[in-house]
Amino acid sequence: MNTLRQELKEKIIEQLNLEDYSVSDIEDNDALFGDGLGLDSIDALELIVMLDKDYGIQLTDPKEGKEVFKSIEVLADYIAKHRTK
Amino acid sequence: MKNCYIHSAVSISTQNTFETKGFLTEIVEHSTKKIEAIHPNYKNFISPSSLRRMATGVKMGVAASSKALEIANLPQPEAIITGTGMGCIEDTEKFLNSIIANKEKFLTPTSFIQSTHNTVAAQIALGLKCKVYNNTYVHGGLSFESALLDAHMHIIQDEAKNVLVGGVDELGNEFIDHVMMMENNTENGLKVPFGEGASFFVLSSDKFENCIKIKAIETISSASKEGLILRLKLFLSQNNIGPKTIDAFVTGQNGDGFDTYYDKASTLFPETLNLHYKHLSGEFYTASSFGLFIATQVLKHQTVPKSLINQGEFTKPIKTVLLYNQFKGRDHSFILLERQ
Amino acid sequence: MPNTELNKIKTPRVAITGMGIISAIGNSVESNKKALFASENGIGNITLINTIHLDAIKVGEVKLSNEALISALQLSENNNFSRTALLGLFAAKAAVKNSGIKDISAYKTGLISATTVGGMDKTELYLKQFESNPKIQKYIASHHAGDSTQKIADALGIIDFVTTISTACSSATNAIMLGARFIKSGKLDRVIVGGTDALSKFTINGFKTLMIQSEELCKPFDANRNGLNLGEAAAYLVLESEQIAIKENKPILAYVSGYANANDAFHQTASSHNGEGAFLAMDKALQNASLLPRDINYINAHGTATPNNDLSESVAIKRIFEDKVPDFSSTKAFTGHTLAAAGAVEAVFSVLALQEQVVFPNINFETEIPETGLKPVTELKRNQIQNVLSNSFGFGGNCSTLILSKA
Repeated sequence: MNTLRQELKEKIIEQLNLEDYSVSDIEDNDALFGDGLGLDSIDALELIVMLDKDYGIQLTDPKEGKEVFKSIEVLADYIAKHRTK
Repeated sequence: MKNCYIHSAVSISTQNTFETKGFLTEIVEHSTKKIEAIHPNYKNFISPSSLRRMATGVKMGVAASSKALEIANLPQPEAIITGTGMGCIEDTEKFLNSIIANKEKFLTPTSFIQSTHNTVAAQIALGLKCKVYNNTYVHGGLSFESALLDAHMHIIQDEAKNVLVGGVDELGNEFIDHVMMMENNTENGLKVPFGEGASFFVLSSDKFENCIKIKAIETISSASKEGLILRLKLFLSQNNIGPKTIDAFVTGQNGDGFDTYYDKASTLFPETLNLHYKHLSGEFYTASSFGLFIATQVLKHQTVPKSLINQGEFTKPIKTVLLYNQFKGRDHSFILLERQ
Repeated sequence: MPNTELNKIKTPRVAITGMGIISAIGNSVESNKKALFASENGIGNITLINTIHLDAIKVGEVKLSNEALISALQLSENNNFSRTALLGLFAAKAAVKNSGIKDISAYKTGLISATTVGGMDKTELYLKQFESNPKIQKYIASHHAGDSTQKIADALGIIDFVTTISTACSSATNAIMLGARFIKSGKLDRVIVGGTDALSKFTINGFKTLMIQSEELCKPFDANRNGLNLGEAAAYLVLESEQIAIKENKPILAYVSGYANANDAFHQTASSHNGEGAFLAMDKALQNASLLPRDINYINAHGTATPNNDLSESVAIKRIFEDKVPDFSSTKAFTGHTLAAAGAVEAVFSVLALQEQVVFPNINFETEIPETGLKPVTELKRNQIQNVLSNSFGFGGNCSTLILSKA
């Protein structure tokens, strides 16, 4: 699980161009959106594609993402449960 | 009718024009056919959360505009108008290549969103939370002039007291090579390199001492050389100006076969100091915004760096400047400036 | 501009004396009108572009192929027209003809055209072949957004002021607005304004990534709307100073009486929850036209059928019109969202509404949006219509409103 969380942090930093962040800056239960990492709706769409491409999970409604992308911890749990690759 | 004055002029270019107080004191020599702008540290101008999505052109535009507003001491303009010939070609290429590489699968939105032509004007508005008139012109060699014309009209008709206007183009990574290939295949192609840059200006109806007035601007889609001369004469007479009043004639000459337009136009001003700039900035659709920038600096500093002189000598104060630009024999523009 | 009596006398009214259109519902003003009256939409499966999203989207395609357009326009075989330019020239020529212009140079005439994709339809096909295939290298020059405009200007013989505007989906409205300002200022006597955008793989995939394209027929202003249908179109209007139209004894189709642009300054793609940009655009346009909200008899809404736009626009409409919202509809369920052309397409429809004294229906609507409870007109409705307000909003928070009035 820790490996997955680590992997997700790396991917998010790379995919969303968070140049000023390193993996150690992101806590497992930091809010990814809003006050935490400050991600927005465009980032949510980026993450939806990442879920599909890397883990075979398809979210069809961007609203679903809101719950799933709450924090690294929630996201990792969701992926572990639903991944098809 | 109001008058239209330039309150600030800022340029990020292939020369050292942005983070300097001097005016082309040291010329950067370029030996390649494609020259990149000299970039400042954009973190000084743009928040990290916005910066992470921005391609070169957007960064240049937002930084240049932010400095232009700062110099003019203007927190919020009453209109934001930009011109860009190729638009956000970097993100356009990025999104197009991911469509091609991934066969339309697993595409993400950021480069698509940022590829829209009005991204620079939109990001400026978003950054300033500025809800005023916002427009973007994308008409080849007249992209910047169209924006300037709209801005000028806003001021003189009192639709706005002050306007932020600029021209921006980025080189990109791929399409430019195809453009260069075609250019190399033509006889009498460009002799100056391809470049990029962003030049932004604050225009205002408020006058101050020694400020520069934009007296008139005109664009012409197509004209023969003879027709162009007639139009230029008409432009001068409509502004009650004789050829001898022009202290400097600034052309967009770039070494290609269409420079004959400039040669012909220059015959109207045999005694006038003849300046050029595209050998310094490189050619791109909005290079003429760099031309306006150097014209404002000549008027402001009352110096003419040697590298700008095409013909003649700098011997007397410069009060009136005429700029003429065209691209490939079409999209002609005249801009008439006067130091107050 | 302060609206003094003096200004009213001095500033010429902006007359619309001609229009041309090609869209998913027809290749002429007449055929578009027929479809609007018959509630027949032009949305269907994509046939002209090879995409993997074939079954996942519905689009509003123009029913003429490039070959058919080239032949209709009598272009030479080695032309380098993008589809955007073909559609644009087709509609612009029709507008000039409709306006009865015999000699384009008899008056100082300009052209202001809008596009977002420009020559993308060719670039996306040939990007990887440009280097090696000399036959298609001619399309390198037709990629940039100004190219279609230059081609239209050259074909129509317009040599003076020519430009191109690109502010995403509000582009053509801004082109009409600039044209009207040029006429009012006396800088031009006559100006052809409008927009053109062809469908492209680029935009289809772009909107796909935003997850705002519907698999079904789009349902503007419906509680269960689930996205837009993209479309392609070109539409142009001929604007002339009223004095010239009268002098030339020309029929005046309608007047451009107000316009405004404002920025939402909220998000690069999404509209704000309170519809601030849309509110400001409508408010400023009403002021510009010296009209009150109650003077508006029909709103041709932007109404893309995305969850975000329609709610935001509804909120803005309620802020302007309060409890007296006039008849309104989105015609995008007929044509699809034609991006840079949309503002001109809908200006043509607004002129038709003024001429025919009808409100066109908002087809596919079933259920009101619960947050606002606004119900668009769902069947063709005859009514007295003096002023139509038309909205167009685009990426980058770009919000534009046009007010057209009966001749």
